[in-house]
Amino acid sequence: MPIAIEMPKMTDTMEEGVLVEWSVEEGDSIAAGDVIAQVETDKATMDVEAYDDGVLLKKVANAGDALPIGGLIAIIGDAGEDITDFIEDFKSNGTMSPAPSESSSEVSVKSSPDQTPTLPEDEPSSHGRTKASPLARRMATEFGLKLNHLTGSGPSGRIIKRDIEAEIERTPQIGHAPLPVPTSADRGHERVRISQMRKTIARRLAESKFTSPHFYLNVDVDVVALDMQRRGVNQYLEKTNGLKVSFNDFITKACASALVMHPDVNVTYASQEGEIHKYNYVDVGIAVAIDDGLVTPVIRDAHLKSVVMISQEVQSLASRARDKQLDVSEMEGSTFTTSNLGMFGIESFTAIINPPNACILAIGAIRDTPVVEDGKIVPGKRMKLTLSCDHRAVDGAVGARFMSTLKDLLENPASLLL
Amino acid sequence: MAELQLREAIRAALVEEMDRDEDIFLMGEEVAEYNGAYKVSEGMCDRYGDRRVIDTPISECGFAGLGLGAAMDGLRPVIEFMTWNFAFVAFDQIINNAAKIRYMSGGQFSFPIVFRGPNGAAGQLAATHNTSVESIYSCFPGLKVISISNPDDAKGLLKSAIRDNDPVVFLESEFMYGMRGEVSDADDYIIPIGKARIAREGDAVTIIGHNKSYWRAMEAAEMLTSDGYEAEVIDPRTIRPFDWDTVITSVKKTNRCVIVDESNPFASLSSEIAFQIQSRSFDDLDAPVQRVTSKDTPAPYAKNLVEYYLPSAEDVYRACREVMYLD
Amino acid sequence: MAVKTKRAAATNGQTDVSFDIIETKSTFRSYPGDRFTHSDLGLSVADIGDIYRNMLLQRRFEERSAQMYGRQKIGGFLHLYIGQEAISTGSVYALQPGLDSVITAYRDHGIALAIGMSSNECMAELFGRVDGCSKGKGGSMHFFSKEKRMFGGHGIVGAHIPLAAGIAFAHKYRNDRGVVFCYLGDGAVWQGSFHEALNLASLYKLPVVYVIENNEYAMGTAVDRAAAETDLFKQGISYAMPGSLVDGMDVFSVCQAMRDHAALAREGQPSLVEVRTYRYRGHSMSDPGKYRTKEELEQKKNEDPILRLKSYIIENDLMKVEELDVLDIEVKAEVSASVTFADESPLSPLEAIYDDVYTQTDFPFLTK
Repeated sequence: MPIAIEMPKMTDTMEEGVLVEWSVEEGDSIAAGDVIAQVETDKATMDVEAYDDGVLLKKVANAGDALPIGGLIAIIGDAGEDITDFIEDFKSNGTMSPAPSESSSEVSVKSSPDQTPTLPEDEPSSHGRTKASPLARRMATEFGLKLNHLTGSGPSGRIIKRDIEAEIERTPQIGHAPLPVPTSADRGHERVRISQMRKTIARRLAESKFTSPHFYLNVDVDVVALDMQRRGVNQYLEKTNGLKVSFNDFITKACASALVMHPDVNVTYASQEGEIHKYNYVDVGIAVAIDDGLVTPVIRDAHLKSVVMISQEVQSLASRARDKQLDVSEMEGSTFTTSNLGMFGIESFTAIINPPNACILAIGAIRDTPVVEDGKIVPGKRMKLTLSCDHRAVDGAVGARFMSTLKDLLENPASLLL
Repeated sequence: MAELQLREAIRAALVEEMDRDEDIFLMGEEVAEYNGAYKVSEGMCDRYGDRRVIDTPISECGFAGLGLGAAMDGLRPVIEFMTWNFAFVAFDQIINNAAKIRYMSGGQFSFPIVFRGPNGAAGQLAATHNTSVESIYSCFPGLKVISISNPDDAKGLLKSAIRDNDPVVFLESEFMYGMRGEVSDADDYIIPIGKARIAREGDAVTIIGHNKSYWRAMEAAEMLTSDGYEAEVIDPRTIRPFDWDTVITSVKKTNRCVIVDESNPFASLSSEIAFQIQSRSFDDLDAPVQRVTSKDTPAPYAKNLVEYYLPSAEDVYRACREVMYLD
Repeated sequence: MAVKTKRAAATNGQTDVSFDIIETKSTFRSYPGDRFTHSDLGLSVADIGDIYRNMLLQRRFEERSAQMYGRQKIGGFLHLYIGQEAISTGSVYALQPGLDSVITAYRDHGIALAIGMSSNECMAELFGRVDGCSKGKGGSMHFFSKEKRMFGGHGIVGAHIPLAAGIAFAHKYRNDRGVVFCYLGDGAVWQGSFHEALNLASLYKLPVVYVIENNEYAMGTAVDRAAAETDLFKQGISYAMPGSLVDGMDVFSVCQAMRDHAALAREGQPSLVEVRTYRYRGHSMSDPGKYRTKEELEQKKNEDPILRLKSYIIENDLMKVEELDVLDIEVKAEVSASVTFADESPLSPLEAIYDDVYTQTDFPFLTK
């Protein structure tokens, strides 16, 4: 039975040893206690001894080799013994030395539970943090007092127990019994990793909102005619090919037409280049809500397309967007964007400009409303549109003229079918 | 109740225990024929003979170790240091042998031994004879540390210390040996180790003080009374294990705390008490914990400097007013 | 215990300083090698076999523990006693088991095994396991056995010497006629604790024998580089303590010396024995021993106390080589079994960290 001589641990700090010199030759008989080699450790050069009797069958390590603790140095055994399998076994079992970490690895390190810091409800005072003793903070929470409404009488304005007591004295309704604060039995929060899409939304919209100075233009559009127009078109389409167009399709088309007439709105403020890019085409991005965010697929050359073509294209893009089948190229390069929350009953809202556009149109719900016509109150249908403009590229009057045209087009929708 | 000097109360405890248990002996410099450097053991050599009351040469490392060896083999030595300042030459015996051998032997050997003697400042003796050692010995798991402030506690706690099966560091005071006080004359009067004493109750501020510092705390409390405030004064009595419950309960009531400790301030008993208070009663504190300690220097010789060096009642009073936001 | 006679007051106004040169003369007993036979010591052939096996067990145990250190089964320091076995075995055969006490420094495996602590509990202690003699809390330097009156295994040089005086004090206090053998290295002689303890032992007439195991090196410092007086047995002179010099490579010389000194101790006379010996190994496992020559080491190995006893047995035809070989095989098997035992012994549960600090079981430890 061959016996391995391994690199021994010779000092407490040793990690590996360099075999300096052999003291015996292959074939030599050795006895337990004989020095077979010298090893240099981190501290000194030391003797390696055999712990068993036998013949040195093989020097596995050569002078100059650095071996980790447990590394195979030599094999001893009976003369003529076959050691091929033994070496193979040794190799496949690694160092064959007992793993030093076997005991320590059983000790699992308990990580401390995640804790949500509960911040005091007070806002920073004008000097920064409100200074209060720990007791005063606890009392303020119990009595529902806002610390930043109090003046501290302690050192550096520290709010202390007697300030809270004085406040309670002053405010009889606080009473002396702490108000019961309803709390849910098991407070906590779910932790959801931020998706790539949300990171993109966050980055782009924050950049837009904080670098482009937004202003907003609001119009109320009479859509009685548009409603009739849409019904007529849909009746016709239903009979011919089973299609259906939406108000939104008309609005998209109206935007495209208006943008052709007002090229100063169909632009990008390219600050890096020091230029404003005016597009001679209209690509309209349409915001589509999907499960965990939103995307804006683009209708290319919307100004060249009919309402029906736009409708078909939007349906296809939207459904593919919801299935996350859109290619990035289908969502890039718009020159203008619309966002419609009308289906949720939102009357009007302001949208954040979708870079690199200069404007975005926010479309509200169509609502039945009494209107005054020729001095009489009659039933009407109205829709609020809000244009957000990047003032760096689009001035108030420019945007207003565009909105006026858009309103005109939508209130005279026949023109959109041309 | 009998009125005894502190030294008499300590002697009473020794005599009662030595009468009760033949395995107890008293050993130290001048304890036998000289009747004790501070007359604690007066008459004891006559009573027990030189087999049980044993004079030693000036050889603290030797007789501290001898006591430990005897304890290891089942005797119950009381080793007197003429002052704790002299125990530094026996430090290895106390820190490595008394505190650790039980652990290193897997619980096979224990050390029912008391090391006792006066601790802390004793006047114009300069730096080497004025050390307060409670912070140092309390660092070491394996030791128990008791520091007494009056004759009654001295008797009840020394009897407990002698009966305890673990090594006890028992701290007295040169200045207080002659101090008189009522001592319970109950049969076999025992005060348990690890229990603090609330010396006076109050709700304005908690003052913690042991040994001589206890008296500075009481004087400061009187000064506060004349200002119209009642301080709560706690004498921890046992330093290790410390009675956290009593202190924390009091701080939760008063919302503020001043610690008086004759040790040097850095990494000391007062540091640990302050840490535990902020950790265990953070939301009850209306002011930072304050402490009054000796100065962060060796003890001086000159009279005016010694007075400046040590915690005074006035210092404690000022610290209390500060944490009470009165100034 | 303290001497109670009052000093006589100086008469006629003179101090007691003599006008003449003061001469003192000290005598010491000597126990050279090869002087004592087994029959001088009253040892039977069976005793000789036991003595041989006792020494061999220490040797094989330590060889195996060196290997286990190399395999990282043993951590920390490992100080081997190899070469010094005649001292532990020789003195164990001079004491009364169950009555007398032993205490030593950190090179403690030899005396622990010699006095009858089991290979299993010793190897398990080296492995840091619950079945170790000190529950894995002490390691190589801290073997203890209350049952065998083995008072440790002590890691701080010189710290245990006053303890020995205290254990002897307890023997005397109880008047049980027990004695203490306290072993220390040549390096420990220069600690103050040695001198304080010797003085107290002699002053109080304590039943203790202090045994300096002079293996010529305090770690790497040769005796003549540390000692102004290299005859260490003379250190007793200042403490009115008789002394002897013993050849520590001959188990019979050690045994005879320790019997004589134990007898002195039992009569209330403490004493000091210097045993000249040699350790073949480095101070600890990480010591390459560069401070001595290979020739010196080889020459000393020829004086090996185990080989010496083996030759004695063969030359005097007390036992056959084969019988001695059987003992060797038994001892090797015992040591191998102790390795298996130690390996299979459980690790301490983490809660056990608070056990045995105090006898008080509910001590309120700080946990933060």
